[in-house]
Amino acid sequence: MNAAEFQYSDIIHRCFRCGYCKFPVNWMDVNNCPAYARYRMETYSCGGRLWLTRAWLTDAIKWSDHLAHILYSCTSCKNCEMKCPLGINVDIINMIRAAKGLMVEQGRIPKEARDFLENIQVHGNPYGIPRSKRGDWMGETPIEQYNGQEYLYHVGCVGAYDTRAQEAARTLARVLKRAGVSFGVLGGDELCDGNEAKNMGEEALFEDMAQENIARFNELGVKKIITLSPHSYNAFKNDYPSNEGRFEVLHYTQLLQRLIARGRLNMAIQVPVKVTYHDPCFLGRWNTEYDAPREILNSVPGVTFIEMERSRENSLCCGGGGGNFCMDLLGGSPDSPARRRVREALATDARILAVSCPKCLTIMEDAVKVEGLDDRLIVKDIAELVDQAYIKKTEAEGKQVKDE
Amino acid sequence: MDICQALIDIIGEDHVSNKQEELYIYSWDLGTTEPHRPDWVASPRTPEEIQKILILANSNNIPVVPLGGGLSLAGLAVPFRGGIILDLKRMDTVIEVNEQARYALLECGVSQGQLTSYLERHHPGLTHSEPGAPPTATIAGNAAIHGQGDLAQPYGFNSDMVNGLEVVLPTGEICRFGSCSIGAQWFTQHPLPDVGLFLGWTGTTGIITKISLRLFPRKKIRGTAIFVVDNEEQVPEIFHKITHTQMSEDIVAFSQTIPPYASGLQHFTINLAADSEKELEFKQELIFDDALGEYIRRGDGGYLGFTRGLQHPQISKTADWRKGGGFEYVGSIMPVSRYPQCYRRGREISERHGIPYTVLGRCIGAAHAMMFSWTYAFNRADRETVRHAREAMHETDELALELGGTIWKPGHYGQKLVMDRLDPNTLDLMKRLKQLLDPNGIMNPGNWEAIP
Repeated sequence: MNAAEFQYSDIIHRCFRCGYCKFPVNWMDVNNCPAYARYRMETYSCGGRLWLTRAWLTDAIKWSDHLAHILYSCTSCKNCEMKCPLGINVDIINMIRAAKGLMVEQGRIPKEARDFLENIQVHGNPYGIPRSKRGDWMGETPIEQYNGQEYLYHVGCVGAYDTRAQEAARTLARVLKRAGVSFGVLGGDELCDGNEAKNMGEEALFEDMAQENIARFNELGVKKIITLSPHSYNAFKNDYPSNEGRFEVLHYTQLLQRLIARGRLNMAIQVPVKVTYHDPCFLGRWNTEYDAPREILNSVPGVTFIEMERSRENSLCCGGGGGNFCMDLLGGSPDSPARRRVREALATDARILAVSCPKCLTIMEDAVKVEGLDDRLIVKDIAELVDQAYIKKTEAEGKQVKDE
Repeated sequence: MDICQALIDIIGEDHVSNKQEELYIYSWDLGTTEPHRPDWVASPRTPEEIQKILILANSNNIPVVPLGGGLSLAGLAVPFRGGIILDLKRMDTVIEVNEQARYALLECGVSQGQLTSYLERHHPGLTHSEPGAPPTATIAGNAAIHGQGDLAQPYGFNSDMVNGLEVVLPTGEICRFGSCSIGAQWFTQHPLPDVGLFLGWTGTTGIITKISLRLFPRKKIRGTAIFVVDNEEQVPEIFHKITHTQMSEDIVAFSQTIPPYASGLQHFTINLAADSEKELEFKQELIFDDALGEYIRRGDGGYLGFTRGLQHPQISKTADWRKGGGFEYVGSIMPVSRYPQCYRRGREISERHGIPYTVLGRCIGAAHAMMFSWTYAFNRADRETVRHAREAMHETDELALELGGTIWKPGHYGQKLVMDRLDPNTLDLMKRLKQLLDPNGIMNPGNWEAIP
């Protein structure tokens, strides 16, 4: 390798490997890096990845499948950047992305990552399902195609294709409709937002997707976007402006919070249940939105909200970022971050683990099944809880749903 | 014999590696010690797994190097002869906190940060003596190298706070020391057989798998007062005057080039704790009015205020001074009276090697000793700065002994200097003990190895 090809060759040696990056802000455990939590080898820590990258760049080690596995196991959760005390902290994820980018350029990435990116290139989604089926998530739910409504509702790849996330996507549409929100969707014409491609080092693919999306949004006159996924939210809000794509972007929890505050969501049915909440990285650490989801949950009648010990900026990533919701490089073990996370949720005595990200939803639900907790813990999207508490004003008196 | 497969059979595929990536990462210390590759990396979860690994290693004459946080910066967990590196950080359960007897029973991989957070959340009336290391440093590792923390002034070395140990011997036996060895609680080390066979030996006599550590009352108000003088000759007597009051939790004197306004001055951080404003005021009066008032009145010293809340240890900005992410330090255990010479001679060494000086002395006990450290920054990408830092370290090892101190957690160079001066009978006893405990010499070879 030629270190000069690496954009961050002037700073990558500055990682001391002190290990702060493994901790949450409240220091409660050393496994807040999801890849380190899964493998517990120094190589899978943030510092390990940086030292290995430098070793690869300086020919101290050769590229290998294992090296690629280590780099692609990084979920870009940003815990490391929040904890690193040195001046390089703002560029840690950039360095990992750049290293992945060099591997992409050389065509030497894990098979799972190659499949992911190829599927996005060919089918516009990581699953390899035909583009023609992208709008199937709506099913029989009457949802308008976008034609100038106030908001474009972007569901993203997981919401469009994953069966469980499709339910959440439909539920959110129903909630928005009841609240009288003017919105439309692109259905089969929707494109991937590219957030994962960028974090997997495929910058060019990301640029293509961003430009195509921006062109389409502009052509349709889109001004405001609501996203189901925090990953889409992050891309539209933080990355698209540098590609001349400037839109008012809201994650759906931010819109629901406003609607509740304005009395436009009539949640009258009691939902007497203990709920805990998992912060998705791309809503929380990446965009510091911790309050909107909690305010919604605390607004649902009957809900008792309980925090997990790791919450807000201390939250443990579910392990789905950086394409890992599909590649699953962090799965297959009781130490997998999602399995750790559902055990933590169970420890709160909550009955429902609420999420606000379709990737977290699918991963956590799988983890609940693998842990054998189906009868003790239910994973729900926040929109589903809001939907459960909704009742028409005429039916509002005395209704109550059973604790699941 | 396929050692890798044998290790996998013991602890599972996920936790054993002989791949270049793990061998590379685990070959490095974070300081200036040259890397040496292990042959295998293994991360066990239980004492029984360690027992099986040591029996395997002993019967095949394979070196074994135990690794905690890996933050000694002295190359103490570098596999100089290859073999198996045992990363012990998966053994990270807080087994018990006994509030009444004030101790915590911990697996060996529990980190400083983890215990701090655990106590804050579950036992807010208790605390432990937290060293100035990053929070990934392990409790057991720190005690094993005779570390000191922020309660060193009243309570001494962290190794003085050990109530008991569970250790796997190189030959595979699991032994317990302290009251736990007779089936009692882990509340005292004394008067049962001593744990000293395993503390200070840098993992050459066995692997600590459990440790009982004393905890101490945590008062409601904790904070740091700053006092400064411009004459290093006054530091020893100030240590004595403050310790005479018996009012502080921690006293550290330091001096450093950066920031420039602090260069040449001797700053003290004095940690105080109180359960009420009245108690705090009383302690402040005793220290700053009575004990140190004369310096303030004479204009020799200044009180710079009291900040509430203790900062968790942060990696020193010195670490990245060269924008190179590297530093190493020589620690010594030194008579307090030697502070002026330690400061001046250390500064000379730093200047000779073109490194901004950073020195620090932490009071241990009632000024019975201090841990004095000299820190040298380097740039990992610039071998010349690494060489300078290494040479400065060696010169400082020699200085520590010349000034009448001992080297704290010496690396190989320092170990050799110490052994050259050791009483021959003591050295012989060490050799016999080592031979008894580790007949095939598999444990962390290269350390304390010049024992004749």
